[in-house]
Amino acid sequence: MLTESKFLPQDAVLSETCNAGDPWTGIVKKGQTFRILDLEGNQAVDTLFYNADDATERYSAVDTIQRQGQIYLTTGSVLYSTEGNPMLTITADTCGRHDTIGGACSAESNTTRYALSKRPMHSCRDSFMHAITHSACVIERNITKRDITANINFFMNVPVTSDGGLSFADGISAPGKYVEMRAEMDVLVLISNCPQLNNPCNAYNPTPIQLLVWN
Amino acid sequence: MSTFNPKDILWEETVPGGNHWSGLMRRGSALRFTDLQGGANVSLLLYNFEEKLERYNMPDSLKAQHTAFLTTGNVCYSDMGRVMCSFIHDTVGWHDTMCGISDAKLIEQKYGVANYQTHRNDMYRSAKDGLLIELAKHGLGQRDLVANVNLFSKVSANNTGGLVFNAGNSKAGDVVDLRFDMNVLVVLSTSPHPLDTAATYKPSDVLLTAWHAGNAKEDDVCRNKCEQNQRGFINTERFYAH
Repeated sequence: MLTESKFLPQDAVLSETCNAGDPWTGIVKKGQTFRILDLEGNQAVDTLFYNADDATERYSAVDTIQRQGQIYLTTGSVLYSTEGNPMLTITADTCGRHDTIGGACSAESNTTRYALSKRPMHSCRDSFMHAITHSACVIERNITKRDITANINFFMNVPVTSDGGLSFADGISAPGKYVEMRAEMDVLVLISNCPQLNNPCNAYNPTPIQLLVWN
Repeated sequence: MSTFNPKDILWEETVPGGNHWSGLMRRGSALRFTDLQGGANVSLLLYNFEEKLERYNMPDSLKAQHTAFLTTGNVCYSDMGRVMCSFIHDTVGWHDTMCGISDAKLIEQKYGVANYQTHRNDMYRSAKDGLLIELAKHGLGQRDLVANVNLFSKVSANNTGGLVFNAGNSKAGDVVDLRFDMNVLVVLSTSPHPLDTAATYKPSDVLLTAWHAGNAKEDDVCRNKCEQNQRGFINTERFYAH
């Protein structure tokens, strides 16, 4: 469902750009609002959330799907944790649909999906691995590969048909579209701003995003 | 088509409805799951037995095969790009892998409380509790609990993405045969699917029949389902090359 935000960029307490292919980490406190802005369009933002106080509690794609009886995410969607607790609620969305079953590309899965020779290419899960070995706020919470699970792909369109077909369709995002969510607990955000060069959904052109937080 | 000779059977065991089980299935062995009363659900998790950080990956399995469910010809991919197991035969036709598991709160809300004090082994158990009990036996825990496969259960999506649970998807006597292409720690629960519409807690018993199937041959139905699977099997074969 398309909904606009009441928040103004100039009032944000945090505003950072994350380049194509880079990881991004940050803490969003309970009650704060977090916006992911697709600067140039058709980007896919692979995102994981952890309880900032106890990272063994983390975003659960299957709980989110099952508890809402719905596979796509948009305004009103509650993002549930492995403990069945609401982590964030999507409060504004000018894109309209986000995926949580497509997961993050990896060097290893690219060998099966595209060609064995694709292994050396940059990938989302390698970005996650970089973040969990370099980012202080991730390291201090003992987040490891064990905690890298099915993520959200903001702005990604992965339609499922009633007979169970699944495809990666052209993006439905565009420059300036955003998704915004209110944190229901203190959360650690772990993003890989997808560098995928094999998938035509972004015209083989990964682009930067902007992250904003409001109190 | 997967049929096996009774002389190839390694062992058989019944997992009562609502119970849990774990064990090692070696590369080249296979398991037949038989729904004994109909309406069974098997919440299944898979780990590389020698390196348990490598495990079943739902998104990789779905997107490599361009499907939102699993059936004959499909394989389960690990997060390391390898084929862990293959659906070599299936009379059911649709196995869910998007909806996760029941937890204790959900079971209580749907069915009420039946504990060991009053109901002995007929107590109501959640899939999450059963899986965590089995995971703990292998030094694993909460952090290893990832998106699972729900054998025998069908959940489709309507044209707006709404989930539809298909009651009666599996009948008494229905079977699904999984061949293990790696040395896999199998962890499972036979508690109801979280979206099961049955009013009472009465999950079906599931018979496990293990046999020696051998490794995937060149003409294997799962290997040749799509080019992605051919490459997945190459990755697995390289892992076990010696």
